Amino acid sequence: MDGNFNDAQTGEQKIRNFNINFGPQHPAAHGVLRMVLELDGEIVERADPHIGLLHRGTEKLMESRTYLQNLPYLDRLDYVAPMNQEHAWCLAIEKLTSTEVPRRASLIRVLYSEIGRILNHLLNVTTQAMDVGALTPPLWGFEAREELMEFYERACGARLHAAYFRPGGVHQDLPEKLIDDIEAWCDTFPNLLDDIDNLLTENRIFKQRNCDIGVITEEDILNWGYSGVMVRGSGLAWDLRRAQPYECYDEFDFQIPVGKNGDCYDRYLCRMQEMRESLSIMKQCVQKLRVEKGDVLARGKLTPPKRGDMKTSMEALIHHFKLYTEGFHVPAGEVYAAVEAPKGEFGVYMVSDGTNKPYRAKLRAPGFLHLQSMDYVAGGHQLADVAAIIGTMDIVFGEIDR
Amino acid sequence: MSEALKELGAHIELKRPDCVLSYEIVRDELTMVVTPANFVSFVEFLKTDGTCKFSTLVDITAVDYPSREARFDVVYHFLSMYQNHRIRVKFSVREDDMVPSIVDVHPSANWFEREVFDMFGILFSGHPDLRRILTDYGFRGYPLRKDFPTTGYTEVRYDEEQKRVVYEPVSLVQDYRQFDFMSPWEGAEYILPGDEKTEAKG
Repeated sequence: MDGNFNDAQTGEQKIRNFNINFGPQHPAAHGVLRMVLELDGEIVERADPHIGLLHRGTEKLMESRTYLQNLPYLDRLDYVAPMNQEHAWCLAIEKLTSTEVPRRASLIRVLYSEIGRILNHLLNVTTQAMDVGALTPPLWGFEAREELMEFYERACGARLHAAYFRPGGVHQDLPEKLIDDIEAWCDTFPNLLDDIDNLLTENRIFKQRNCDIGVITEEDILNWGYSGVMVRGSGLAWDLRRAQPYECYDEFDFQIPVGKNGDCYDRYLCRMQEMRESLSIMKQCVQKLRVEKGDVLARGKLTPPKRGDMKTSMEALIHHFKLYTEGFHVPAGEVYAAVEAPKGEFGVYMVSDGTNKPYRAKLRAPGFLHLQSMDYVAGGHQLADVAAIIGTMDIVFGEIDR
Repeated sequence: MSEALKELGAHIELKRPDCVLSYEIVRDELTMVVTPANFVSFVEFLKTDGTCKFSTLVDITAVDYPSREARFDVVYHFLSMYQNHRIRVKFSVREDDMVPSIVDVHPSANWFEREVFDMFGILFSGHPDLRRILTDYGFRGYPLRKDFPTTGYTEVRYDEEQKRVVYEPVSLVQDYRQFDFMSPWEGAEYILPGDEKTEAKG
């Protein structure tokens, strides 16, 4: 036992710190996080996250597969917003091969990246509410997520593991009806956002559990290499879509919401506002897609020939066969491509030796750095706040363990 | 973009001639090859110098080239949110070399260095807590080295008799398939088994 009760007369007790295992099966651990917490009463003295329980060796596997075969692995990293990861992979390959993506494909990529952002933020905001005690928001949020995943499914056939973004464009064009439906959805979704807003934003319990919890300063951001909402929640308007524009983000009109206090509550507000901004980007995308017709793949070595060509042209048939067996060759060199994934900066560092397989691929996950600072952020907080901090850091183990 | 990077590269080379071996700008990315000696002070310089201000550590990783004498390339990525530019810094080390840890300058290097140690077996001197991070407790070997098989050496299963998880040497019901799709028209050399004997005779 903790106390030595023999000394009841003097009232002195021997107190020692208590070590507990948080997870790996704790529902608030957002996956398989085992965290060894040293507690002084209710106060966290030290947090030691043990990760790797979901380690699948993605980077090792990638070295023995072709560039195209590797693409679906990217879906399985952050499975909450799969297409944003594929995006980084495609950008890296396109940078190495200097491929120009057709404009329509570029717009579709932006559209689906923003759908991914909403998918992610919906899950994050609502499950964080669940971590601090509210049960309704996840039920409402997941319904909207399901609708969004239907859009995924209608574009590529899969709800989650899309493999839709391909080097040189996107796999297939979107049907007109789908674009109309996405636009219609954009008009109804703000109602749900307002409802969640009403439930949470001024909710006394939610505020008590989130305000002034996990405060991040500018210095912390630099020390711990934060990115994404963790940066913006503290007042720095850093967004790769704006700062280092990729794809065609520079032609869209959107705001970058920033927080003021850098606590969990401000980050929640940022996420809510970012969803509204994403909606506005999606609407602009839909408008542009209506005007912009054309191919969705840069026809060439990287991409398959058109179905019609394969029926008539022997070269096209050979090309198709070689592309899906041998794969395409990427010029030797190294490249780092990053996107603003919903969780922060997701990057792919790729070393190519000129063959059809990457010599080395390193996936830089934002959650890895966020979780790393757990000891620093959670130290001095109550045990119950650990759940709120894990929630606000937006941790998904697919990308951390890789 | 690349003009600014060229200036930046020249600036760093001028200020730290003791560290910088060479630099190049490829595809709008600045890559700098440095010496591992004085590396910590070099990173400190990158962080504090007004022109560089590489305040964020983005990534640390390594690349294995088994045929080389110094077989590993250790690669660092830095980002400046203030100047809005990136840099890649790398140097090669031998298998038994120690790499200076930069945890004191960038606390975020902690897990990255643990990961590189875990995956490649590169030791970092001055790291406060160099444990394995991603692999299993008690794991042996360094998975991302090129001489480590993709299938690994051990597999686990739950043993009903012993009522615990047991580790066994990996046994594949089917050979591990490594397809060679390299086109024979593009210069791959196919040496059929037995061919080397005729070479020796002739």
